[in-house]
Amino acid sequence: MSSGTADRRAVLTGAAAAMIGAGARAAPAPTLKLPFDNGERPVAAYPQKRPLLLLTERPPQLETPFDIFDQGAFTPNDAFFVRYHLAGAPPRDLDAARHRLKVGGAVGRPLDLGLDDLKRDFPAVELAAVNECSGNGRGFSNPRVAGGQLGNGMMGNALWRGVSLKALLDRAGVNASAQAVEFNGADRPQLPGVADFVKGLGIDHARAGVVMVAYEMNGAALPLLNGYPLRLIVPGYYGTYWVKHLTDITVLEQQSQSYWMQKAYRIPDNDCACTPAGVAATQTRPIGRLNVRSFITNLKDGQTTAGRGPLLVKGIAFDGGAGIERVDLSSDGGATWAPAALAKDHGKYSFREWSAHVRLGRGSHVLLARARSASGEVQPLTAVWNQSGYMRNVADPVRVVVA
Amino acid sequence: MRRRIRYGALALLAGLCAAALPAAARQAAAPPPVFAWPAETSRFVEAPGVAKAQTHCLVCHSADYVSTQPRAMPKAFWEGEVAKMRNAYGAKIPDEDAKAIVDYLNAAYSAPAAPAT
Repeated sequence: MSSGTADRRAVLTGAAAAMIGAGARAAPAPTLKLPFDNGERPVAAYPQKRPLLLLTERPPQLETPFDIFDQGAFTPNDAFFVRYHLAGAPPRDLDAARHRLKVGGAVGRPLDLGLDDLKRDFPAVELAAVNECSGNGRGFSNPRVAGGQLGNGMMGNALWRGVSLKALLDRAGVNASAQAVEFNGADRPQLPGVADFVKGLGIDHARAGVVMVAYEMNGAALPLLNGYPLRLIVPGYYGTYWVKHLTDITVLEQQSQSYWMQKAYRIPDNDCACTPAGVAATQTRPIGRLNVRSFITNLKDGQTTAGRGPLLVKGIAFDGGAGIERVDLSSDGGATWAPAALAKDHGKYSFREWSAHVRLGRGSHVLLARARSASGEVQPLTAVWNQSGYMRNVADPVRVVVA
Repeated sequence: MRRRIRYGALALLAGLCAAALPAAARQAAAPPPVFAWPAETSRFVEAPGVAKAQTHCLVCHSADYVSTQPRAMPKAFWEGEVAKMRNAYGAKIPDEDAKAIVDYLNAAYSAPAAPAT
């Protein structure tokens, strides 16, 4: 549904550019246009956030303008995307000094911990990890699907600091009969018929050591809209598992029966997590690991560049935790490819920056970046489809004109 | 604008505290965040049936949940969404009203061309 030459990112309109540049004096609300039909979004400043693309007001959902991703491997806290499900979110009465985290269920010694307990009694761990919304890029689905109509800005990379979930579970003493662990946060439904936002992980995953309960993000306390004062970090897994405002960790003797595991956030149960366009899946499973993805961040689709000298092309790549093995770049629409240079490795769950120089003659060229993970997963060159618009990872063309 | 200034002052204050106090004291002294939240401004398009949409849909979400959906979708799209809200998300919408809301959404938000105004 996106037009052929449309930029895959938001384009700052003249009005918006002027407003932000001038420090917002008044009048017409600035907007950004995501490059698909009905993609106009207000640009709004929410608490602890710079102006971001406003998808919805209640609960607040905010998308990161895509040019942020060209500014480094880590996404600033005040630019990090926001996604909520329940009308009352975020809770307005949170206080790190009074917040409690309970670990219970099928354990020998239930825990009831404050933030000071977490910091004093458990070793701090740090990890760079990408949080990506399951529906990142849903607005590009063709045919279009229901749900949050997102560009590609519902992702971010941060250095998370907190305590290991394994350490908490070990302290509580998990019963031998344990099968899974459920996570709940302080956001609660406002209607009795609405399922509380609860997510589950298998017991082996929960105890593998990489899952974290974080109290810091990029060296600062979590912003309220990103889970203050505690959130679950599930490296390599989609953001739906990263429960915000974490209050309860419950060990179960069966798999989680939460609505948000059994009915929502499910993908077609096949290798491509896809179905023919317009066809609903018959067998589904809970969404899990991120698939491999890359973006060109310094050039916009449809951009005209000056023709002198080699053209710098740079971007980011990430995957579900194998790590990025290589990024290849094509400047002829995928006919030929050459490897890009990978920049500093911040860990296998992080954004990996990459760059390349290409020599282009005058005229139109189609650039494509394609990442390959260390486990051999490669981005597709043709988009696949599912009814929820999840896990989009096609190599998107960036058309440039050399003048 | 007023909000902007207050954040600036808070950030400055936090910075001063951070510089003056040891880590443990800083932790204990950190005040809970209190913020001014933007007022909800999105509204449903005026068209027959809008009152029913306001009554039922706005209980759980702002109007932009609807206005940002793709345009030019068939009526079945809106039937599916209303059914999802009733069956999965606890919306207490009587059959009669559900039908009226589907008609309203289809008429007001499925225009193929320019955004509904």
